[in-house]
Amino acid sequence: MTDQLKYLSRQVVTGRINRRHFLGRAGALGLTAAAATTMMNSAVMAAGPQKGGTIRVGLQGGSTTSSLDPALSSNQTDWTVSRMWGETLVELTDDGGLEGRVAESYEASADAKTWTFRVRQGITFSNGQDVTAADVAETLDRHAGEESQSGAHGILRDIKDVRTDGRDVIIELNTANADLPYLLSDFHLVIQPGGGKSAPDAAIGTGPYILKDVDMGVRFVAEKNPNYWGELGNAETLEILVINDNTARVAALQSGQVDMIDRVPPRTAGLVARAPNVNVRSTSGPGHYVFIAHLDTEPFSNRDVMMALKYGINRQEMVDKILFGYGSVGNDSPVNGYYPFATEFEQREYDPDKAAFHWKQSGYDGPIVLETSDNSFPGAPDAAALFQQSAQAAGINLQVKRQPNDGYWTEVWNKRPFCTSFWAGRPTQDQVYTTTYLSTADWNDTRFKNEQFDQLLLAARAELDSAKRTQMYADMGTLLRDEGGLICPMFNDFVDATNDKLAGWADGVKGLPLMNSYAPMRMWVTN
Amino acid sequence: MSLLIKLLAQRIALGLVLLFMVSVLIFAGTMILPGDVAQSILGQSATPEALANMRRDLGLNDPPLQRYFSWLGGFLQGDLGTALTSGQDIAESLGKRLGNTLFLAFWAAIISVPLAITLGLIAVRYRERWPDKMISAVTLASISVPEFLIAYIAIFFVSVRLRWAPSVTTIHDGMSLGEKLHTISLPVAVLTLVVLAHMMRMTRAAILNVMQSAYIETAELKGLRMFNIIWKHAFPNSVAPIVNVVMLNMAYLVVGVVVIEVVFTYPGMGQYLVDHVSKRDIPVVQACGLIFAAVYIGLNMIADIVSILANPRLRHPK
Repeated sequence: MTDQLKYLSRQVVTGRINRRHFLGRAGALGLTAAAATTMMNSAVMAAGPQKGGTIRVGLQGGSTTSSLDPALSSNQTDWTVSRMWGETLVELTDDGGLEGRVAESYEASADAKTWTFRVRQGITFSNGQDVTAADVAETLDRHAGEESQSGAHGILRDIKDVRTDGRDVIIELNTANADLPYLLSDFHLVIQPGGGKSAPDAAIGTGPYILKDVDMGVRFVAEKNPNYWGELGNAETLEILVINDNTARVAALQSGQVDMIDRVPPRTAGLVARAPNVNVRSTSGPGHYVFIAHLDTEPFSNRDVMMALKYGINRQEMVDKILFGYGSVGNDSPVNGYYPFATEFEQREYDPDKAAFHWKQSGYDGPIVLETSDNSFPGAPDAAALFQQSAQAAGINLQVKRQPNDGYWTEVWNKRPFCTSFWAGRPTQDQVYTTTYLSTADWNDTRFKNEQFDQLLLAARAELDSAKRTQMYADMGTLLRDEGGLICPMFNDFVDATNDKLAGWADGVKGLPLMNSYAPMRMWVTN
Repeated sequence: MSLLIKLLAQRIALGLVLLFMVSVLIFAGTMILPGDVAQSILGQSATPEALANMRRDLGLNDPPLQRYFSWLGGFLQGDLGTALTSGQDIAESLGKRLGNTLFLAFWAAIISVPLAITLGLIAVRYRERWPDKMISAVTLASISVPEFLIAYIAIFFVSVRLRWAPSVTTIHDGMSLGEKLHTISLPVAVLTLVVLAHMMRMTRAAILNVMQSAYIETAELKGLRMFNIIWKHAFPNSVAPIVNVVMLNMAYLVVGVVVIEVVFTYPGMGQYLVDHVSKRDIPVVQACGLIFAAVYIGLNMIADIVSILANPRLRHPK
């Protein structure tokens, strides 16, 4: 019975069943309402943070080829490590707002073209140096410079000038951008002494921990930074082990060798959750699994072909069979309720009749070739097969062509006319659209070129009035949903897991997996 | 004696030629792989400018032939170069990984080789009786199951259920020898199971072959104990094929354990190589490939030399 109750209370926490439902089910198991409520709350809350101890974390993504240079950060291990030793100017709050880190405060000019960030007073780097405005300016310069290889290079392209004035860093933009602070919360933009120009991978920053032992792609050990200014960091020591094999990572948690892991495969998450000492944590996010077609290539330039495909896909079936319920249905837009200024659209459903109608209307009856590989998203070939089945019911001849994992992102994605892909999402709608759906975007992987959309995007970026901005984004969403080359069947949840030695998990934290990668620093070891 | 030295020199020269050919093959292989280094390092979030900058910095715009020969020149002077991806010195990071791999291979060999030979001797002693049949059945079954499956089964029962040994075998310098041995106990056990059958069967077959000889019959007629006959008379005469198989399996323990390393998260050469192959880090792949080839060729050479020394007929060819 305890297992069942534990399962139920976890369902409440992850929002899968509501409280009333829980109480009803618990009652059926012979528990009084009061006891059940206590139990449910204890699953949600715990007695305040405790300091000390060691938290061991098993993460995927790390590789011997990685670098400690935050500019080259490209996976969960990289950015979790850089968050331990360093900080960005601003960071996302749990509900997707912003708070200052290295910056104490910030403000925009009325036209949103000039931004001033004030560097926090009295904070130091782990080498003892004071943090100055010049360090911040140099950091931005390193990432934005022409020579830069930084992953944040693209988002800083619009910066015209950075200058300092005492503790202030003043950033001038070419075009107005109301979202600049969101851009600066990017995990690449860790503030380093002298901008990290002389030693980009020295791992010296203002973070809550100091790296003690580094073996790239294998193991990282960090100890609490005694001079850290903020609240983060409960455990005395953090140990990160890179465990790329899914089964090995889950086994490491089950055998008690690590306390926390990321990316539990949805297929086995239900089984993992049954273990008495393991809590599976699911967080909905902006990541989405997609089918993308090039609108400038036959037959996808034919709007009826696109509509036939959009009606010919069974989104709910994919959430059930590919994500095993750890996700939500998509609506052919890259934006879901996760984003600020998001609006709901009518859900597009699987409708073989409408699909067949559009298919006939298009006058095209050749085969449609869909290219896929397992690393475009987990289970992509299976999803492609499901799409093939559902499209067949509408008379669409969809052929699936399997491609190797190796080189998929260079040879297939953004090159071939119709393929499976994955987007991790961005903090704001503006970034999503700018990265992928603006006519001139480097990664316009659907070749979506719409003048009206571009104009709306630039206007919304400069708009400080939220109501107007919401309306603009709604209009853009409609355009993309009806005219775009994006078929988005599902948004995936992040599925992480912790053991019962740890407390302090917060649900629904926005950003990256594992509480925006702060779980190792925010959770604590219980005695 | 001079004949022997000449023979050795020939073997070594042949090995070096082979190594050179292997380096050409590896280089050609890495050129055929789809995708390029810069894109693989920067991932999906690379802008065209960042890509161009990285390609220039890494010297990827030079013709392949020039890159190959400048690398080979460095290698001959003992300079393995720096990794394209992380900028680290290859000799240093590779040395540590090679040490780990040899550590695991050493302990697996220390257990599996004597065990395999002893089991082979026992199987001959009790030929066609139940100990022989049981040894063969168990070792053949363990070699027939894919190694990752044995590894997962071992993890499930020994680590997750019984919690006797760790499933993540990340060893580091802060550990004592005892801790390290406990940490690697599961991969060592699995590797032993994987290589046991091959060596055991070869020992059994080679000795059985010798057992037909007239001098064995003489020894039997002298009234020697069966085990003494096998150990003192049959085994030395069948050592050549056994050493060959043992060396092959030891080479496997060094170069072929990628899957085991991934499943047990062991920081050895295999994982190091795979990481760099997926990032097209050609200098590292070349260096790893050459070291693997050298290990293979070297161990086979030792096997040849041991066979020559063990057999007077080979020592004095006509």
